[in-house]
Amino acid sequence: MGVKKAITGAQAAAEAMRQINPDVVVAYPITPQTPIVEHFATYVANGIVDTEMVPVESEHSAMSAAVGAEAAGARAMSATSSQGLALMWEIVAATPGLRLPIVMPLVNRTISAPLNIHGDHSDVMGVTTLGWIQIFSENAQEVYENLLLAIRVAEDERIQLPAMVNQDGFITSHAIEPVEIYDDDKVRAFVGTRSMERGLLNVAHPRTIGAMALPDYLLEVKRAQEEAMSRVFEVYHSVAKELSAITGHEHPLFEAYRLDDAEAAVVVLNSAAGTAKVAVDAMRDRGMRVGLLKPILFRPFPYAEIRDALKNVSAIGVLDRSMDFGAYAPVYSELRNSLFELDKRPKLQSYVFGLGGRDILRGDIEVVFDELLSGSLDPERQRYIGLRG
Amino acid sequence: MATLQEIALKTAGVEARIVSGHRMCAGCGIGTIIKTVFAASDRPVIVLNATGCLEVTTAVYPYTAWNTPWMHLTFENAAAVAAGVESAYKALKRRGRMSEEVNILAVGGDGGTYDIGFQALSGALERRHKFMYLVYDNEGYMNTGNQRSGATPFGASTTTVPAGTVSIGKPQWRKNLVEIAAAHRIPYVGQSVAHNTLDIYKKAQKGFNADGPAVLAVLQPCTTNWSYEAALTMKYSRLAVETNFWPVYEVENGFVHINVKPADRKPIEEFLKGQTRFKHLFRPGNEHVIVEMQKLIDEEWARLVKLEESGVQL
Repeated sequence: MGVKKAITGAQAAAEAMRQINPDVVVAYPITPQTPIVEHFATYVANGIVDTEMVPVESEHSAMSAAVGAEAAGARAMSATSSQGLALMWEIVAATPGLRLPIVMPLVNRTISAPLNIHGDHSDVMGVTTLGWIQIFSENAQEVYENLLLAIRVAEDERIQLPAMVNQDGFITSHAIEPVEIYDDDKVRAFVGTRSMERGLLNVAHPRTIGAMALPDYLLEVKRAQEEAMSRVFEVYHSVAKELSAITGHEHPLFEAYRLDDAEAAVVVLNSAAGTAKVAVDAMRDRGMRVGLLKPILFRPFPYAEIRDALKNVSAIGVLDRSMDFGAYAPVYSELRNSLFELDKRPKLQSYVFGLGGRDILRGDIEVVFDELLSGSLDPERQRYIGLRG
Repeated sequence: MATLQEIALKTAGVEARIVSGHRMCAGCGIGTIIKTVFAASDRPVIVLNATGCLEVTTAVYPYTAWNTPWMHLTFENAAAVAAGVESAYKALKRRGRMSEEVNILAVGGDGGTYDIGFQALSGALERRHKFMYLVYDNEGYMNTGNQRSGATPFGASTTTVPAGTVSIGKPQWRKNLVEIAAAHRIPYVGQSVAHNTLDIYKKAQKGFNADGPAVLAVLQPCTTNWSYEAALTMKYSRLAVETNFWPVYEVENGFVHINVKPADRKPIEEFLKGQTRFKHLFRPGNEHVIVEMQKLIDEEWARLVKLEESGVQL
């Protein structure tokens, strides 16, 4: 049994990090990630953890030092948002190629310009091609649990890839919710210790890390990286099973909410899925067969499993909290790809919502369902929720 | 004090931390510099290498010239990577997961240090991570063919600021990295040269033994892009000191000490002659550039001597 605490999403991330007690935490403050670092810093200051904490001079150095620590053989973590992720992009890109399983909470925030500190997914959607495992969280409880899960998946011998655990800026990171924090000893036994055998500090076995690979070898390195990524599903399932023994509930690749007999469904990441559930319940009460699919593991993307979960739905609205200018929005694009193999494809509609932290309300999602059920859809033209003329 | 022979013995054989088979240019001094620095450490050395000549010539998959833990991440962050390694070292020692004593060495060229790696270096020095930062300074982006850096000297022709009918080459003097590093109030900063093995050795020892971060800046004449015969690297290294172009000195706990004082300072032309990057300075009409360069060198030297004599702590 755990303890219920009234905490924010940022604190939930810090709680997970307290229990993980990483060897090294390197971070630079950025709204809305800052409270994660601040909470963790108080744990360091009060001896609650004995992590070596390094408050660096930029996010570029944050990820660089995290990579150095991880390559040395330690378990290193960082955390960031938006512009910080953009500044560390170069090293974010290098980390999976070096097969260093750094786990990083990402508090999703709009990428400038215009400057905006609120939540959308334009930060993470700019890095999904780089080879990190991407996990999304609806609420503070999921932030906490996904971080524990991510450590084990990332560090698994078969994987050795970094992972980001996403939560919505402010909506999740700064809102207080009841979160069940599980027993420290059980969680610590679950997360274990990272082996330093392959690290630079294992001086008895000197290793060269980060050699240049020219056209004669690079393709094989990248293929090996992709194979590791493809093994994430099975590892995720087995780690999830172990985690379930602590949490008492399942940790699926995605959540299918009242989808079984649904005629219409929405697909949406992170906190808006919570709003969508309320809309689904309200419409179900009115007799409408609607449901929700909330992706959790976004990289690797479970195309086949999602296809199977949606195969009997006639109309699907995909809600994206970011855009891909001149192309289908990121989540919509994945759904189209996923469903292409079906003999009888559902009708699709792309919606863009919540940019720069604009609210999405239950009524907005009910309108989406009304449109999906009415059949007046245009899969080639994305619609904007709450756009002013 | 070790003799040259003892230092040479430490750099060779099965104990060597960098071995033959690397791809440095014939006549390059980086190998000599790094071997001498290694010789000054009795502990295992973990090397964090910025992108640059040393990196691209020593670790081309599936080969490596490194017989010591070595890592390359990217160009501008060797000091930040070293900070991460040092933090891991502290954490793992504190947690009883390792007991060996090691030295941590970040290495970069002048581009990766004076320019793009400057912020990461300053941050790591300010946080007082215990590591040594070694810059082999060949006064430009020599790995990619002689582009201008913050370390390129006044009057040098580079591919990004070439000499031309209305250009003397680089119109600015270089940054003073040693004094900038010393301004972080770190325990040790040294400036040395490729040919002076004993000086590099002594300074590397002081750097490794310092109670905090240390910076060692070593001039590394570049046969390829200063463009002189490969056999003359050590000659140009020596001339850089004999002309006061590159003073050999150190700042120990803030106190300046000049290690080599040429009895009879040679004119700067002797260093410039024979280097293609300075060839244009000997054309009619460019005499004033050499005059100005000589003036700058003499003023800098006089300032350095005053700093030493004053006994003022930087």
